[in-house]
Amino acid sequence: MAKSSTEVAIEGLKRLLSDKEGLDDVAAVKIEKLTAELQEQDHEEEFDPVRRIKDGFIHFKTHHFDKCPAYYKKLAEEQHPKFLVFACSDSRVSPSYVLNFKPGEAFMCRNIANMVPAFNQLRYSGVGAVIEYAVKHLEVENILVIGHSRCGGIKALMSLPADGTTSNDFIDDWVKIGLPAKAKVESEWSHATFEEKCEHCEKESVDLSLVNLLSYPYVRAALANKALKLMGGYYDFVNGTFGLWKADFDIKPEIIIGSS
Amino acid sequence: MATDSCEDAIAELQKLLSEKCGLETLAAAKIKQITAELEKTGSEPFDAVERIKSGFARFKTEKYEKNPALYDELAKRQSPKFMVFACSDSRVCPSHILDFQPGEAFMVRNIANMVPPYDQTKYSGVGAAIEYAVLHLKVENIVVIGHSCCGGIKGLMSIPDDGTTASDFIEQWVQICLPAKSKVKTENSGLTFQEQCTNCEKEAVNVSLGNLLTYPFVREAVVKKTLALKGAHYDFVNGSFELWSFDYNLCPPLPA
Repeated sequence: MAKSSTEVAIEGLKRLLSDKEGLDDVAAVKIEKLTAELQEQDHEEEFDPVRRIKDGFIHFKTHHFDKCPAYYKKLAEEQHPKFLVFACSDSRVSPSYVLNFKPGEAFMCRNIANMVPAFNQLRYSGVGAVIEYAVKHLEVENILVIGHSRCGGIKALMSLPADGTTSNDFIDDWVKIGLPAKAKVESEWSHATFEEKCEHCEKESVDLSLVNLLSYPYVRAALANKALKLMGGYYDFVNGTFGLWKADFDIKPEIIIGSS
Repeated sequence: MATDSCEDAIAELQKLLSEKCGLETLAAAKIKQITAELEKTGSEPFDAVERIKSGFARFKTEKYEKNPALYDELAKRQSPKFMVFACSDSRVCPSHILDFQPGEAFMVRNIANMVPPYDQTKYSGVGAAIEYAVLHLKVENIVVIGHSCCGGIKGLMSIPDDGTTASDFIEQWVQICLPAKSKVKTENSGLTFQEQCTNCEKEAVNVSLGNLLTYPFVREAVVKKTLALKGAHYDFVNGSFELWSFDYNLCPPLPA
């Protein structure tokens, strides 16, 4: 095999050192410096996104897709997820990972601060479409809204100035969906630190989203038929815990006044 | 995933039985017992709470507790290199199909993985996610991933020509990618409805990529070459994944 350019260069250096005396110490220092520089360069190898995506898919294909052909063939025909999950877009909280959902188990909506706004065809058609499809068409049995620790969106909500001014194009306007949760936290935990208030708000906002789900007629109808359950969740990645609670909504007939 | 560890466990058991003699009768009886127990479990009503509890317990023991250094770092901050748009479809989570680990990809999931154009009234949800990812997290790549048998795209392709809709939200939402439908209906009129849907799944990704450029912070980052835009299509019928890049550039003004 032909010698590499580095092999040729090293041979030339060795030849020089054997021909000329007194260069060893100087040469050793220079060579050690070069080695250290090259080691650093090696660590800063450029990230290749195409390579990352290719490797990722190949990993999935070999370890999962090709190993369970019957499972994936069935899924390709139809999906019957039992869950609709709302989770934050945060890269650390994917429910597929954190709750070990397999393909086919959970229909998912991910947005900033896992918010469910109330029914609004003008402003919130994205979330509306997800709920409409999941509840009416896929007939999911459970809706789970998951909040999480250190949520940037909730922090932005808690940082909104009281005068209502916004400092960005979209973020402030979106997180304002959670204002009722913020108001509750400010009133009930007025003496808590900012971080503590954020944590309370992360959970209160989940409860607010669960209430907002009721503004969708298909959710109400499914609840009334006892075909749907609503749950709130909280993933704390600082302490490695997951809190889960159910939300029960019921309308019971009491009395009708005025008829004899 | 459960299906894989089952296969591995069965393989291990078969290996043991082939190596050690005299276990067959006992093993056969026990395997029949397990099968009967599992059959019974399979017919019990689904317990959602149990499913979530066991799912988290699995993650905690197999991942979280095994990588304390990683999760300590992640708890402080996230620095994902990707922002990913994927469909809400339960079969196409990028954590599965691209093996994204915690911290790698900021994710938006909605019907038919759509990116609507800049609109502070109608589309603040997507706008907020893009704004946060590009300006605050400074992601280096945005990938929009379409997929086979997409119900949202099928819905788009099924809207009658006179534009009447029968849903509260779905049809209004998927019409974000109406230009994709028009293109497909014009250029692929000879194809079957299913083939047209497949083409539309990919064209809609291109419409979404174009819509990304309506956000000034996206345009700026793309021109500065700190952000790359990519489109993709996951075909779960054939088990393949296509990836393409979307280039956008501004040339210096021509001399007068």
